[in-house]
Amino acid sequence: MNRDNQKRAPIYEALEKFRGRRVVPFDVPGHKRGRGNPELVELLGEKCVGIDVNSMKPLDNLCHPVSVIREAENLTAEAFGAENAFLMVGGTTSAVQSMILSVCKRGDKIIMPRNVHKSAINALVICGAIPVYVNPEVNSMLGISLGMEVSYVEQAIRENPDAVAVLVNNPTYYGICSDIRSIVRLAHENGMQVLADEAHGTHLYFGKDLPISAMAAGADFAAISMHKSGGSLTQSSILLTNKGVNADYVRQIINLTQTTSASYLLLSSLDISRRNLALRGEESFAKVSMMAEYARNEINRIGGYYAYGKDLINHTSIFDFDVTKLSVYTLGIGLAGIEVYDLLRDEYDIQIEFGDICNILAYISIGDRTQDIERLVGALADIARLYKKDKAGLLSGEYIAPLVVKSPQEAFYAKKRSLPIRDAKNCISGEFVMCYPPGIPILAPGEMITEEIIEYIIYAKEKGCSMQGTEDQKVERLMVLT
Amino acid sequence: MEMWFEEFHTPNVKLSMRIEKQLFSGNSDCQRIDVMESVEFGKFLALDGEILFSEKDEFIYDEMVTHVPMAVHPKVQNVLIIGGGDGGVAKELTQYECIEKIDVVEPDEMLVEVCKEHFPELTEGLSDKRVNVYYQDGLRFLRNKTEEYDLIINDATDPFGHTEGLFTKEFYGSCYQALCGDGIMVYQHGSPFYSGDQSECVKMHRKAYRSFPVSRVYQAHIPTCSSGYWLFGFASKKYHPVDDFKPREWKKLKIKTRYYTTNLHRGAFMLPKYVEEMLESEENK
Repeated sequence: MNRDNQKRAPIYEALEKFRGRRVVPFDVPGHKRGRGNPELVELLGEKCVGIDVNSMKPLDNLCHPVSVIREAENLTAEAFGAENAFLMVGGTTSAVQSMILSVCKRGDKIIMPRNVHKSAINALVICGAIPVYVNPEVNSMLGISLGMEVSYVEQAIRENPDAVAVLVNNPTYYGICSDIRSIVRLAHENGMQVLADEAHGTHLYFGKDLPISAMAAGADFAAISMHKSGGSLTQSSILLTNKGVNADYVRQIINLTQTTSASYLLLSSLDISRRNLALRGEESFAKVSMMAEYARNEINRIGGYYAYGKDLINHTSIFDFDVTKLSVYTLGIGLAGIEVYDLLRDEYDIQIEFGDICNILAYISIGDRTQDIERLVGALADIARLYKKDKAGLLSGEYIAPLVVKSPQEAFYAKKRSLPIRDAKNCISGEFVMCYPPGIPILAPGEMITEEIIEYIIYAKEKGCSMQGTEDQKVERLMVLT
Repeated sequence: MEMWFEEFHTPNVKLSMRIEKQLFSGNSDCQRIDVMESVEFGKFLALDGEILFSEKDEFIYDEMVTHVPMAVHPKVQNVLIIGGGDGGVAKELTQYECIEKIDVVEPDEMLVEVCKEHFPELTEGLSDKRVNVYYQDGLRFLRNKTEEYDLIINDATDPFGHTEGLFTKEFYGSCYQALCGDGIMVYQHGSPFYSGDQSECVKMHRKAYRSFPVSRVYQAHIPTCSSGYWLFGFASKKYHPVDDFKPREWKKLKIKTRYYTTNLHRGAFMLPKYVEEMLESEENK
């Protein structure tokens, strides 16, 4: 990576230059630098609405980049050690879907862990590919799915030699990494491509002593949530491709679903954040790791909680752990993660990323300060003091192995009827059910609805998890195949 | 040449003082620190542009947070001052012979150094042999303390700056835990006058009121504070600030004061109607 090159931010620079020219707009957007919408200017500020402009020659066009956007993409590729990079404005969902659509066609098999984000399965609904799930090992105490063990991937490849790709979470929401290097080697030996969902892994490219990034491990594609640990605006993201991937074809795939009016707020935020990461990422993430580590130690001293870290590593299903993630097991104080999540927000004015059945996840980033960490730890200590309960009657979040009966696409478009959730036992689901966040499906289209799954959904609802995915807003009924 | 220091009390009201000269300006890890010499208020110290205390009126504040609880609690031995980097509160406390230990927790070491240089008459309070200074975050210091203190004085004034953590439910909870069974906590309650400050004031009352069995509010006139009118909180596990007040015992100690008197003690808890209503509206929720 050339540091001097990385000091540039072509989109940002072009916007600054454009602003200086004071061009009279007779094009979209119709708010015309905010003049037509004073309330919006009041909310967002003049500077912000002033760069909300349309694609034009001096600012390039995301659908067919030839000048400043292309340069920004090249700099991004260089910064991440990729062959090509695509700036994305439809969230990492669009990056994940574009990489799947780039390698899978209707009927193709793709090997993936079941704890994928819903965007991955949605891509299968769109293209008609068939998932081959690798059973992830589960830590039964923490109730979370771990990484994919290499031997299980090997078995899946052996049983499905016609599969075209393997998808890997690097890392999972909770910070758990699979042995992606060995998985890449195995997949490539068998003529399969490797797609990495790095929605939670932007920092792996810049921080020191962190798990290996997908590009460094030789994966073919990686979807990067710049807006998570990278610091760009929400909804901005990056798709990376490695050597041997036909970038022009990937661009065509992206353009199938991408807006033709890409926001320059998002694009410039990607440009500036990439520059920041390239120049200062290493020190920033060293600080993030240090803060997370400090918080982990302090939380573990409270008693009852378990803030886990590298101690979980077992060299197979937990090949590595991303120490910037602060996940805390809460059942030890007799409260479900989601209950602690609600208490933190309602009683202590602290918003964390999510709470599931057994854990909470606090997102630590380059924007945090030590005094905020003290508040979080202090609040957790106070919750343990005031709300501690007996552990009895709490469900631990067991992994429920899915029974895939039909492809997601077939099930999604099949004839369906609505049933009360209790009556849906032994039917095939026509829709998703998930807690959001994290957005990992409990049930996906085409999967068998078992007693166990029904109980889990009802329990999660009772504990206050925000459930999504079903046609019925209250998740009291499920759409099942007739 | 004219030099004026200005501090906004609301977006539309400011306090302005004529300045003789600036004595210090620097940025610590926590905040910007300025020391200035003013014509009317003498030397004063400002944190992030807001006056923390001035030579002319700091005695009011220091006396009100110490003598009020000291005249209620019959036997204070261990005291914790959170954010007492200037030493003013510690200095008042050292007048009491019954006190055995005074822990001062101040996250900003530079603040202490600056005060030592420009306000030595205050920081001499820190050199008493009963005083221990800890350069640490207050929340962190408190987290593992259980029933150790008879009195905790929260000297932090700004609920929005780097001391934000000292105005939270978790802080009051930690104080409760760190106090002995008959312990008292005194804290800054802000100014109730301007509408912008009111909501913070009510929020503070809510947190203390829900954390402690006894929670009362008292007042003082401090010219450099917002609107010149300031409230303090008195929260306790046992003692009521007026019902358990012991004026005769306190008078026997012959403590020297310039603001506090035993008459004023009672009066300080008699609040204006609008303040009473504001606090009651929260209590009745």
